[in-house]
Parts: sequence; structure tokens; C-alpha cells
Amino acid sequence: MSDLDAFRAEIRAWLEENCPAEMREPARSDDDICWGGRKFQFKSEAQKLWMERCAAKGYTVPDWPKAYGGAGMGPAEAKIWREEMNRINARPPLSSFGIWMLGPALLKFGTEEQKIHYLGQIARGEIRWCQGYSEPGSGSDLVSLQTYGEDKGDHWVVNGQKIWTSYANKADWIFCLVRTDKTNKYQGISFLLFDMESPGVSTKPILLISGNSPFCETFFDNVKVPKHQIVGELNRGWDVAKYLLGHEREMISGAGGNDRLNTIGAFAKRNGLEDPLLRAELAMFDVDALAFSAMGEKFLDEIKVGKAHPAQPNMMKYAGTELNKRRHELLMAAGGSAALEWDSEASGGGAKARTWLRTKANSIEGGTSEVMLNVISKRILDLPGA
Amino acid sequence: MALYHTEDQAMLADTARQFMGEEGTIAKQLRHWRDKQCKDGFGHALWKQFAELGFAGILVSESDGGLGMGNVEAGIVLEEIGRNLTPSPFLTSSVMAATAIGAGNDELRGRYLPGLLAGDSVFAVAIDEGPKHRPERIATRAERAGNGFKLTGKKAFVVHGGSADMLVVAARTAGADDDQDGITLFAVPKDAAGLNQDAVRLVDSSMATHVKLDGVQVDADAVIGEVDAGRELLNRVLNAGRVGAAAESVGVAGGAFDMTTTYLKQRKQFGQLIGEFQALQHRASHLYSELEIARASVIKAQQLLDAGSEKAELMVSVAKAKAGKAASLAVKEGVQMHGGIGMTDEYDIGLYMKRDRALAEFMGDMYYHAERVAQLSGY
Repeated sequence: MSDLDAFRAEIRAWLEENCPAEMREPARSDDDICWGGRKFQFKSEAQKLWMERCAAKGYTVPDWPKAYGGAGMGPAEAKIWREEMNRINARPPLSSFGIWMLGPALLKFGTEEQKIHYLGQIARGEIRWCQGYSEPGSGSDLVSLQTYGEDKGDHWVVNGQKIWTSYANKADWIFCLVRTDKTNKYQGISFLLFDMESPGVSTKPILLISGNSPFCETFFDNVKVPKHQIVGELNRGWDVAKYLLGHEREMISGAGGNDRLNTIGAFAKRNGLEDPLLRAELAMFDVDALAFSAMGEKFLDEIKVGKAHPAQPNMMKYAGTELNKRRHELLMAAGGSAALEWDSEASGGGAKARTWLRTKANSIEGGTSEVMLNVISKRILDLPGA
Repeated sequence: MALYHTEDQAMLADTARQFMGEEGTIAKQLRHWRDKQCKDGFGHALWKQFAELGFAGILVSESDGGLGMGNVEAGIVLEEIGRNLTPSPFLTSSVMAATAIGAGNDELRGRYLPGLLAGDSVFAVAIDEGPKHRPERIATRAERAGNGFKLTGKKAFVVHGGSADMLVVAARTAGADDDQDGITLFAVPKDAAGLNQDAVRLVDSSMATHVKLDGVQVDADAVIGEVDAGRELLNRVLNAGRVGAAAESVGVAGGAFDMTTTYLKQRKQFGQLIGEFQALQHRASHLYSELEIARASVIKAQQLLDAGSEKAELMVSVAKAKAGKAASLAVKEGVQMHGGIGMTDEYDIGLYMKRDRALAEFMGDMYYHAERVAQLSGY
């Protein structure tokens, strides 16, 4: 038996023993997702147990170093971990922006103290983060942001407003882009971390077309941020932000490398699919979706060995989000009038309609599709003046 | 298995790219033979070179003297063929016919493989019986006669049929036209009595034939594999052909795309390089995305096929459909973005459009394969 086979057997046995039955079913709503943090209330004992057991082994962040709360898995081992999780349909024990976005940025740009302090808390689900990037007037054009941190010697005093801060009202801390030099557009932004309970921070949820409010407006009124809470160099926050955006785009694109080959046509059939033209559209969609699934797998394989073009996450983000919007248009069509129900129990509180509406943001958040196409033109195709 | 080429495969890709980029170019091959109205549509000297490099026997087992490689490697050669629009019998002979013959007995392999390996023989595959690919239905009959069989029926769109020394013919030895069972594959020599072929030149300057089988008499040793039980082998031949055609489509799309982006960086209008216009940039970037996704689906299908996975069948259809969609977009955008010059015969972009159309039909178009994806997914 090779080392990897032994590893797989070990993971399989551990999952068999430790993953509660309730955690082996797909999450039905946002409630079923474990976000962690000071304010998080576990939905069930199984959810809590599952997170704690994984955290104790470093399995919430399997590929992070052991010193920072991970399990220290290499690429081949992490792939086995994902495959074994998929095999039993296990839910991720912990989902968070700390894992997906801030963590990788801290691993690359953080000081040793920051890594030990923050990464461990993220891995154990003790701290929930939100992202302070966009501002009114600075959406995809992030470098035009205005939130300003004034240098006061050992700390900054931050004033300004952020928008679209996902779950700001539920987050413990924020990672935030703040202008620290007004004379330089690109190299005048710093990447700061601070507690959402700092005096002067307030949030207000924004009601969306889905009827939900996962996003907030966030206001900073003379917020004091100690100097050691900067990530990377002063005024070079853009480097950190760009690195992190790559991970965000990867996440939104849904590049999960899911090999299960499920089709939405099969789903529609179970709901009584009779229209031949809709069936044809579903089939054409499934061709695109299955091909994209192969692309997701190829992308992850190539990233691991440094073969992917650095701007490839932009392509994945563009294609993945456009595909996801199309998927939910078709799911609405396949669902018919039943998919229109907004708050009935049978519809899971209008899950289909709300999700459909939510997906419209996929091609806006994290950089619009148009911005992604601009980046591909410039960085991959090298088109003139792009 | 990771979805990128291994070091050995990358080396093969370098060899194939260099060879096709030097010897298989549009000027040296496609235009040359087209302008001569060549009745084969390809050059035999180049086919000899394919053999010298080992490409001709890429799927032939090592024990039979070939390279014993898989669909990934055949696809590497096909992508470069596509990129240069290189006319050759590689797909019909080295991929499809070789897959069929490889399943034959010692005698059959001994009769046909040496010619293929030497670049002396060309084979064709006769499956379709009408203008659209529909291998589920086979009406051509083979009845037992003497010590062999008598074949009667019609075959359409037999690529390189007129140049072929032997045709792999799918015929029915039992059952009704739409039955899955009762299919047998035959190796029919070109001079078999009763075999008539009408050659036609296609839009891409390739040559195909309409085949009439008027009681074609073959010996029992013309049977490839088992009598009545040829469906499984036919499917293997089809899958190799489909994923091969998909790889060639990706090459065609890549060639058209490279030509187009190069043009966007050179051509000026309204005092600007046209590549500076965002309307064109976005379309080019979208096309790039589709092409990358198509390429991923093709390598996934090739790997699954080589691994003998049960998911291969579905993924091969995904790859053929997706590569077809991406290539069709690439050639249409290519001609449009070239403007008027794209409509001229002198310029190569139109040749890509023609080749794409022929490849799209070969072994089933995107509609056929999307339909198959639906059926294989149970809807």
C-alpha cells in the first residue's frame, strides 16, 4: 500500500467515525452553513461537534501548516481529503471569508505574529471576518476608494464608508482597504485589520431584490486602528488585495473540481419535464456545465503546479458566474409556477426564487463580468490599449 | 490523474507542433493540394512522414509495432493538425480504423497494420447512411454467403473513401435497423467486387465518397471482432473518432483565434488599432474562455477514455459538443473581425471556417451530442 493509499484509508476511517450523519446531507439553506465566530449560534449539536472535531485535527483548513491550525496536507493529500468528503457528501465543517480569502493573503503577506494570532482563530472558527473593499462610487473601480486613515503615530484614525460588506452585521473583524496616501492612486492604499466592535464602527443591512440582506453598509467614524494591524507594507495594500481577489474570484466561480457529473436536465426530469425546447436548452446547458466542471478541475490541477496563467481566475470567474446565472434561469423555467412561491413552507421559504435573484449578483460582485473581460484582454490576450 | 499533459506528452506536443508547423502548413499542404484539384485531398509524401515519426501507428499496440499510446496522445497530434488545417488520413486511419483493427485477430492485424505503420496504406470508416450522423440505426445488411458475407446497402460521408485501401464497414448481420445488437464490422478491401464509390469534394476541399454496396462479397476473415456482437467495438471506434474530432476542432479554433488576435493587434481603423476597441476585446476574451473550457473538456474525455472509465461515454459527447460550439464561434468571430479581407480566398481565415463546418458534422454535431448528453443523463 502506497503512502497515499494509507492516507486515504486513514481519512476514510476518520470520517466514518467522526462525521455525524446529519452532516452528510447537502446544506438546504444558508442556515445550514457553519460560519463560526463570536456571534455564531450553532443550528444543531451535530453541526457544532463536526466543526470542533475537524478543528482539533486541522481539517477545517487541511492545507494550512500545522503551526497555524491546519493539517499540513500537500496537494495530493488535500485532493484525497476533498474526494473522501465528496464521497460521503460531507458538508464543509466551517465556511468563512477567513478561510477562503484572508487566510491565503495572511499566509503570503502576514508577519509571523499575525499568522500565529489570526490564522489559528480562523481555523478554530473563533473569528468571523467581513471584507471592506467596495465603497459608494468605487465598485469594480476599487482604486478610486476614499475611506481615509490618518496617521497618528502609533495608530491610524479611519473615516469613511464601505458598501456591499457581506455579513458585516455578523462579523467580528473586518479586513479593509483604506487610503493612507492621497497623492498616489494605486500605491496609497493600505490593508488594515480591525475589530468590528471598535468604537466608531456601525453597520446597516441592505435589503436586496431577493428579499434577503446578506450585505451591509458599513460606516467608520474616527475608528482607531493600531499600526501592527496592517498586512503587508504601508501603501502597498493593493498587492494584498489583488492576491486576495484572485482567491475570491476562484471561490465565486465555483471552481470546486466537482467530479460527480450531475446535470440539471436530470433534476428537471424528476419535476416532470415535458417541453422539448426547454429540454433542448437544458441539454445545451449541461454540455457547457459539464465542460466547465472539467475546466474547474483542470484549473485547480494547474494552480497546484504553477501552470495556470496568473490571470486565469478572471476567466474562471467570468465563465463560472455567467453559467451559474443561466443555471438558475433554467431552474426557474423548469420549476414553473411552483418556483415562484416566495414564503411557503413547501418552497423552503421561496428558496428557488431567492437563489435565482441572488445569482444575478454573481457577475457583479468581486469585479463585474465586463471587468473580467477587460483583464483577460489585457493580461492574457495582450490586446492593445486594453 | 491531473488534467494537463505529462512531460512525455508535452514533448510529443512539441514534436507535433514543430512538424505540423513546418511540413503541414496551409501553404504547403491544404492550398497546394486544393489548387491542384488533387483527388485524394492530401499528400502521400506527408503521410509517409507521419509514419516515419511514428504518428501513423500512435494507437497501434507495441506488440504490433506501433507506439501503443492513447487518445490523449492521438489528440495532441490532432490538435496540431487542426491548427494548421493539415489534410491527412490520420483521424480515419490511425485513430478510427486502427481502433477497429486493433480488436481484430492476428491475421487481420498482420494484413493491415504493417501498411498503416509504413505510411503506405490509408483506411476509411463507413458508418453513416444519411446526411446526419446516426449510428444507432444501421440498415446496411451483411448476409452469409459462401464462406463469407454479402454486403448490401449505402454509406454516406465516407471521408477519404476514394483513397482508402480498405473500408471499415458497419453492417447488420441480424435484427432490425434500429436494434443495438446484430451489428458486425467488416474490413472491405477497395477492390472488392460490387463496391462502388462516388467521390465528392467537400466545402473544406477534403474528399469523401458516397458508397454503394451491391452485394459486395467478402470472405469470413473480413470480419473484425465477433459476428453480431460488433456494437461495442463500433462504440469504441466512434468514441475514439469523436474525441479525436473534438481535439482537432480545438486546434482549428486555436488556429483561427490566434490569427484573429494577431490581426486585432495590427489592423488600424479610425486611426486606432481595432484591438483597442472594447467591443472587440470583450468578444475576443469571451471566445478565449470558451476555447479554454472546450480544451479542458477534451482532455478530460481523452483521459477517461484511456482509463476505461464508465463516465467516458458522457464526457466524450460533452467534448464533441463543446469543442464544436467553441470552434464554430471562433471561426465566425474570426471572419467577422477580419472584415472584408476575411471573405477573400487569399486569406486563410475562411479556410478555418470551412474546415470547422466539415468537422462539426463528422461523428455528430453539437445537437446530436447534446441530445446524447440528455439521454445518458436520463432525461
